Amino acid sequence: MNPTDTLYTIAVFAENHVGLLNQLSIIFTRRGLNLESVTASRCSIPGVHKMTLTCYSDRPTMEKVIKQIEKRIDVIRAFLYTDDDIVYQEVALYKVPTERLLHEQHLEEIIRRHNARILELTPEYTVIEKTGHSDETEALFEELKKYDIRQFVRTGRVAVTKSPMEHVDLYLRQQEERQRSLS
Amino acid sequence: MSEKIKGSEALLRGLIAEGVDRIFGYPGGAIIPVYDTLYDFTDRITHILTRHEQGAIHAAQGYARVSQRTGVVLVTSGPAATNVMTGLSDAMLDSTPLVVITGQVSSGLLGTDAFQETDVVGITQPITKWAYQIRRAEDVPWAVSRAFYIANTGRPGPVVLDFTKDAQTGLMEWDGYKRCNFIRSYVPYPEVPDGDLRRVADLINSAERPMIIAGHGVMIAGAENELESLATKADIPVAATLLGLSTMPSDHRLFKGMVGMHGNIGPNINTNRADLLIAIGMRFDDRVTGTIDSYAKQAKIVHIDIDAAEFNKNVPVYASIHGDAREVLSRLLPLVREAKHTDWLETFNIPEAVEREKVMADAVFRTDPHGRCCMGEVAYWVSRAAGPNAVLVTDVGQNQMLSARYFRYTHPRSIITSGGLGTMGFGLPAAIGAKMGAPERTVCFFTGDGGIQMTLQELGTIMQYGTAVKIIVLNNDFLGNVRQWQMMFFHERLSQTPMLNPDFVEIAKAYGIPGETVECREQLSDAIERMMLHDGSYLLNVRVDEADMVFPMTPVGKPVDYVMLNNTEIYPLD
Repeated sequence: MNPTDTLYTIAVFAENHVGLLNQLSIIFTRRGLNLESVTASRCSIPGVHKMTLTCYSDRPTMEKVIKQIEKRIDVIRAFLYTDDDIVYQEVALYKVPTERLLHEQHLEEIIRRHNARILELTPEYTVIEKTGHSDETEALFEELKKYDIRQFVRTGRVAVTKSPMEHVDLYLRQQEERQRSLS
Repeated sequence: MSEKIKGSEALLRGLIAEGVDRIFGYPGGAIIPVYDTLYDFTDRITHILTRHEQGAIHAAQGYARVSQRTGVVLVTSGPAATNVMTGLSDAMLDSTPLVVITGQVSSGLLGTDAFQETDVVGITQPITKWAYQIRRAEDVPWAVSRAFYIANTGRPGPVVLDFTKDAQTGLMEWDGYKRCNFIRSYVPYPEVPDGDLRRVADLINSAERPMIIAGHGVMIAGAENELESLATKADIPVAATLLGLSTMPSDHRLFKGMVGMHGNIGPNINTNRADLLIAIGMRFDDRVTGTIDSYAKQAKIVHIDIDAAEFNKNVPVYASIHGDAREVLSRLLPLVREAKHTDWLETFNIPEAVEREKVMADAVFRTDPHGRCCMGEVAYWVSRAAGPNAVLVTDVGQNQMLSARYFRYTHPRSIITSGGLGTMGFGLPAAIGAKMGAPERTVCFFTGDGGIQMTLQELGTIMQYGTAVKIIVLNNDFLGNVRQWQMMFFHERLSQTPMLNPDFVEIAKAYGIPGETVECREQLSDAIERMMLHDGSYLLNVRVDEADMVFPMTPVGKPVDYVMLNNTEIYPLD
């Protein structure tokens, strides 16, 4: 990664076929690009699968990557975004020994300030959840470090666009028309 | 009316419905059920048993490229599947339509490291247009119809169908076969907006020094006539990439030769003199461009291609048209004005004359009757003896570059060579496939002593099917192209390039193929005549000088207009 690289978010709408993730990841592998995060789920369109990937790189490289992703037969559309184009979130979980937290006088203040919440509390451990951007979940990590975090995990990014246009819907409508004209 | 049939039969019925009458393959454990069914289909499908799976896929490539029909390959799992990897990768780079069916272990055994199990879909995804595993007999018609649609529409490419053994033997309800013509996630032929065409037409109309570079895509689209019409109307010189050769006849007034590392001087020099480069169905390979940062900086580059991922991939372009070359060129034609570029066309004359004098005199027209033949000379005379309808098939290396340079092209689809991947061993099986795909044409196969030995076993295929391939071995007992680089760039350290070779004529004889050795120049023309007159396959083992090198040459790391004429002279001469 170059110091000038930007974090890009790639949204891929695809058929839910076996091996889809491999088809996408090998395009990054070829170019020696490291994926920062990957998420996959259904999307608002029935039968369409959405994958959201993040990667540090430069725009010319990412534009080539996007076209190579779109070239895959099973991919419906792929889009490239920077953080300004999207609303995005990540979820982090922190597992901390309950014993240590009990002695913390500012626990309530920490939870409130970070807008975090406690998911589970047992005599042995407490699981705290925080939703936000990675710098925010990172900040809570720093703060909880002194209580001896036993486990920490963060999801990949989920993102929706700020654009009022829904390009995939439009594309699929055009394709439906094309199919009708063929039959 | 529906009936119950096995998955293996559904596959063969699907192939017939797709118009397949010939497949290339090799049987083995996990594909035996399909071969068993094939036994009842031999009246409708001819199976060509090659001697190695790599031979099967290269033969299918040669067949597909000469005929533009989809090449079909049938092999078993595991080692057979891995043996077709080179061909898949080659076909992917050279846009060759293939459907490759690999056997696979039964679905219940997947992931268990069962006997001859390989993760075929996993390892072929990077080198195929589409790879799909058929795990249920009822999925066969769907998968087969998609495979053919994907392989031979848009930018063609190889498709793999990995067929589990239980899906081959399982029963399915056969309701007839419907060919695929639509996949919602795939747009093979994008609509071309008028605005894109008008913009490019304006660029052509205002250009003073335009040049067309025609790639393989022109022939794939069947746009040879449209190209010729456009070039003639606007009086634009045409150059070709290696795979674009034969798009236009060699002797056409506007055809100026090949671009690239061993291309012709004129088009390479003028790449960096033109004010407009119109690249059609080509992909700016580094062997074509030389150093990118000095490539055609003075020119506006227009890129016409069916594959959007090629735009701005290697070379930044001024304008692009995403579409099928035939449609684009035919719609451009009425928008382009008649023009004359006489002065510009004349600038090709001097480099052409220099090339004749400084390069061809040495490579083609030497006169010493007792000297060893030159590789280019052999190609030149074989081509003239073979006549206008011949197909050139090459292996890779010096034999490839020199035969491509000195073969004369009259009809399209007259060169079959491994361009993108540069696969040694491609040639012999590809020549067999080409002859089967175009039985009425003479197939001349040029190879080296290195390349022919990589797939030499396919002489057995020639023997079994009587395939009339003219085999010309340019034999210098060296891996000649590497030797050339070692001589030029590695201080003449000939590391692992000398080769001790068998007598190729004797080997051919063992396979029932007649042949002879040409020791020196004075024996060449009679030997060529005997080869051409012989009704069937023939092997010419031509002893060539090991010092023979391919020129002109733009070395790696140099601009496209840095052209070496020989070891000491660089164009332009002072």
